[in-house]
Amino acid sequence: MIFTYIKRIIRTGFVNFWRNGFLSFAAIVVLTLSLVSFGALIFGSAFSRALIADVKSKVDINLYFTLNALEPDILALKKTIEKLPEVDKVEYISKEQELVDFKEKWKDNNLILQGLEEIGDNPFPAVLNIKAKEPSQYAGIANFLDSKSSLSQSGVSIIDKVNYNQNKLVIDRLGRIIPVVEKAGTIIAVILVIVAMIITFNTIRLIIYTAKDEISVMKLVGASNSYIRGPFAVSGIMYGIFSGILTLIVLAVFAFYSDAAIIKLSGVEGVKDFALVTNIFSNYFIKNFGQIFLIIMGSGIVLGAISSYLAVRRYLNV
Amino acid sequence: MIYFDKVSKIYPDQSVALDNVSFTVQPKEFLTLVGHSGAGKTTLIKMLIAEDFPTQGVIFFESKNIHRLKKRDISKLRRRIGTIFQDFRLIPNKTAYENIAFAMEAIGRTDKEVKSDVPYVLDLVGLGEKIWNFPYELSGGEKQRVAIARAIVNQPDIIIADEPTGNLDPVNTYEIIKILQKINELGTTVLLTTHNKGAVDAVGGRVITMEKGKVIRDDKDGKYIL
Repeated sequence: MIFTYIKRIIRTGFVNFWRNGFLSFAAIVVLTLSLVSFGALIFGSAFSRALIADVKSKVDINLYFTLNALEPDILALKKTIEKLPEVDKVEYISKEQELVDFKEKWKDNNLILQGLEEIGDNPFPAVLNIKAKEPSQYAGIANFLDSKSSLSQSGVSIIDKVNYNQNKLVIDRLGRIIPVVEKAGTIIAVILVIVAMIITFNTIRLIIYTAKDEISVMKLVGASNSYIRGPFAVSGIMYGIFSGILTLIVLAVFAFYSDAAIIKLSGVEGVKDFALVTNIFSNYFIKNFGQIFLIIMGSGIVLGAISSYLAVRRYLNV
Repeated sequence: MIYFDKVSKIYPDQSVALDNVSFTVQPKEFLTLVGHSGAGKTTLIKMLIAEDFPTQGVIFFESKNIHRLKKRDISKLRRRIGTIFQDFRLIPNKTAYENIAFAMEAIGRTDKEVKSDVPYVLDLVGLGEKIWNFPYELSGGEKQRVAIARAIVNQPDIIIADEPTGNLDPVNTYEIIKILQKINELGTTVLLTTHNKGAVDAVGGRVITMEKGKVIRDDKDGKYIL
């Protein structure tokens, strides 16, 4: 009994979907537009996250040691710093390494290399590059280092200078801007999603309005409310599935052609300037396809089904 | 089987649609309600199928007060009443077959029953050939026959026909009335409303005449007198 009931609801939903071809098409178009705006949000946040991550990775604190600082002292300090909860990564570059790097960098410039030889001694200080987990945490780390720099093993400070104060302005500003950008992005996203939902709901309600006579006939022959609603919900789910597939195609096309578009717009020479931007979308799309698929299909189906189910309610009170 | 007891309906704008109406419908009766437009016939029928409710008075279907029923029981009540309207009320995007099959499926009849009963009732109303046509491919008389087939397919206790011939020519009117009489002879109560003199005279039987919301005549073997 219940099986026949469900079978009939699904069949009627399918049949109505095909017979009302134009209306179904209209619903799918609107729903697709909503879902594409969802997708744009997903890509937008991926894009801004990539940009922010890139900027964040460029911010660090450099700790320069005095020339006569001993390596064990430096490594001990490195260990202490690594234990701080705010610290993500500490990189040690020894004096020797610094010299090799410098020579490598200027290997075509004899004048500079000659100058280096004239100094005779290794003029480069050892360095610790410290990366925090969040930009806002640099201040705390810098304070810690300041208190540390006054004392050391032998009583003489081995820290020559901390470049935090030079970068302080940029780091602080970034620490304030990033949360604002992220919050604003979320608010805009929520507003867009609400608008998309309202538009979809209204479109489906208009479609069901055309079926209000049909609904009253169904009531008249004694059909129960759930039996009347069921097929509309099934059609709604089908709108969701079709527009979900369409949306995924649109997003895939966008993701994989955006790189080509960037190359075309900037010219082959200019591509280097956009190195940061290229492949963000296609990489993101491939890496997170499962998640994107679930979000798009899920919201399409839920939006279609719930809109249909709610929209019928108006005409059931006959 | 149906009892109207001092039923009045006053709409919010103070217009009186029904004024203290009382009468009884006997089982297996063919009862005709006549009266000009606005006499209150349609209001009466709307209350019988729980589409509207009276301001005063009660209506019983057998022992049940129609306006005290719960939602679920209202759909059960409607399954025992077959309705036919002037505007046919067929579902436009379903074929004749599907329009009738829908009424059967909605109340949970099996697929086997649907397959055998739908062609049977369509044959009964003389539409065996147009079983797969959509309503827009049918004439007015043919549409009304589909509506009648839909009304009788679930073997209701009573058929309510509200101006079923209002949109039809005399030949079709006569044929629809004949079909209703045949249904009545097979044992189903029929409640017909009309303002068509020819229809009333063709039926004979009990006639209730209404005017301005009141019952003014109730004749055992009535004619159309207005």
